[in-house]
Amino acid sequence: MLKPHRQKPRRTVGDWILLIAVVLVAALIAVPFLIILVNSFKSPTDYANGGPLSLPSSIYTDGIANFWQRVNFPEKLWNSFFISGTVAVFAVIVSVFNAYAIGIGRVKGRVWVLVLFMIANTLPQEAMLYPLYFMFKQVGLYDNVWSVIIIFTVVQSAFGTYLLSAVFGTFPKEIIEAASLDGASRWQILRRVVVPISRPTLSVLLIFFFIWTWNEFLIPLTFLVSNANQTVPVAITALQGDRLMDVTTTSASALLGLIPTLIFFLIFQRTLTRGITAGSTK
Amino acid sequence: MSLLPGVRKRGFWLYLIPGLVLFTIIILVPLVWNIYLSFTSYRGIRPPEWIGLDNWVKLMGDDKFWVSFQNSVAMIVAMVVVPTLLGLVLAALLFDLVGKKFGGKFASFLRATYYLPQILPVAIAAIVIGWILRPENGALNTVLDAVGLGALQHNWLGSPDTALLSVMVVMVWVQIGYPVVIFMAALQRVDPELYEAAELDGANWFQRFTAITVSIIRPEIYVVVLTATIAALKVFGPIYALTRGGPGDSTIVPSYYSYSEFFQSQQVGYGATIATALTVVIVVLTIIFILAQNRSERLENER
Repeated sequence: MLKPHRQKPRRTVGDWILLIAVVLVAALIAVPFLIILVNSFKSPTDYANGGPLSLPSSIYTDGIANFWQRVNFPEKLWNSFFISGTVAVFAVIVSVFNAYAIGIGRVKGRVWVLVLFMIANTLPQEAMLYPLYFMFKQVGLYDNVWSVIIIFTVVQSAFGTYLLSAVFGTFPKEIIEAASLDGASRWQILRRVVVPISRPTLSVLLIFFFIWTWNEFLIPLTFLVSNANQTVPVAITALQGDRLMDVTTTSASALLGLIPTLIFFLIFQRTLTRGITAGSTK
Repeated sequence: MSLLPGVRKRGFWLYLIPGLVLFTIIILVPLVWNIYLSFTSYRGIRPPEWIGLDNWVKLMGDDKFWVSFQNSVAMIVAMVVVPTLLGLVLAALLFDLVGKKFGGKFASFLRATYYLPQILPVAIAAIVIGWILRPENGALNTVLDAVGLGALQHNWLGSPDTALLSVMVVMVWVQIGYPVVIFMAALQRVDPELYEAAELDGANWFQRFTAITVSIIRPEIYVVVLTATIAALKVFGPIYALTRGGPGDSTIVPSYYSYSEFFQSQQVGYGATIATALTVVIVVLTIIFILAQNRSERLENER
């Protein structure tokens, strides 16, 4: 069973049974996606007549169109995109600065700073929620996307600092020494040497921060109360159970919620699987 | 010593200042403030009033709080116990059997399928399953009716006997891909010769699985169990999207309870107490896990 190179694998009956089992599990996981996909293109009458498992008798896009207009979906997409993109860029910059001081500068007290950031990664957001709500109200940023951007820049960079400090700690010493002997300043070394060389890691971080921020719920829900500021997950959740939403429009709402992340997944699949597994052995 | 010879270390502190200032304002100050609020009566309008341990005493006798933690245990079953056990078996099967006998491409495809629900915003994932479980004309009820099991039709999320179970099913669906992906990556470290030796010694698949696979990927098992347990204790989005803690308190979890105290009941002091209690539980669990992991690594090395 474990000699793939020496002989052609022999597939026993047991192998086929186990294969069917793992494929069945995969089907079970995929079925909800397919059900949502099929039913988003049905009219409510079509749904009532044919049930949830039949294919649509004709392609009906009113449900999707209705929901699209109802929530002003392009606006929500832009909010999510703007928040997640800005957070990703800012959080990577903050992480790089922190990690430069910790991993390469080896400043005093770095262990404590790292422990602090590590603990912050495990804290529930509820433990900061009300004071943050109060603070942002005071400074007039409540119900403003920048409140969410600032909070997640800090939250994501806590993780980024932790990961990048380890990466920078193993940075080839000779390269930095050479640059330093050439008279490069600290800033120049960071800009011209450290950042270019660690670009692959930074882009993985950028993608992760983007998707994590996109998927956040509690803080956007609390801080972005007016319709025009909401993110995709919050706007869609807010309309669940609404009386004006018929059964297939609700299905369409779920479809619109999952499409953006599915697209990210398809684009970044390789980076993501590499990143997840890299993160697991941290 | 910094990695830079001849460059003073102190200058590097400059780079840490923006990060630390932001961190202090956004994390540390609110955290301490929240702990302070747990000792006050505060309704969000007039300034907080110090009441000592009253909130904490109330918390200890609050049935709703204990129910919320019981439900957290249910979330741990759904997000840690079931996915980790199932994930171990699935990862081993994909790696050993599918990858080697039916092709690596096919194994990667199955892995990606398992992982699919993980990439969704968790509130959206909940809405997907919630749609299928709708009480009237929901997909599950309609199908049950169509196959002659109409008697089993049920208001899955709306009745106290099945609401928690339904949420648990959602969470298993969401979570299953995470351990599979991580364990499959870990399995690449396992030396095939170990298996061959064990096979020659007459060990069956299950014995090899427990004695070799599980012991070699133990570090990843710890990471998965720890991170998933923390995530299970923090669950908020699915509860908010599906049940708002109901019916009654049957699906309430600590994070939703504190949120509703903050913003619905305006009992900010009490909400802060619940949030602080949750934080303490998470931090204590994290410390216990890390100590246990270090201990098991030490034992492993001594052998």
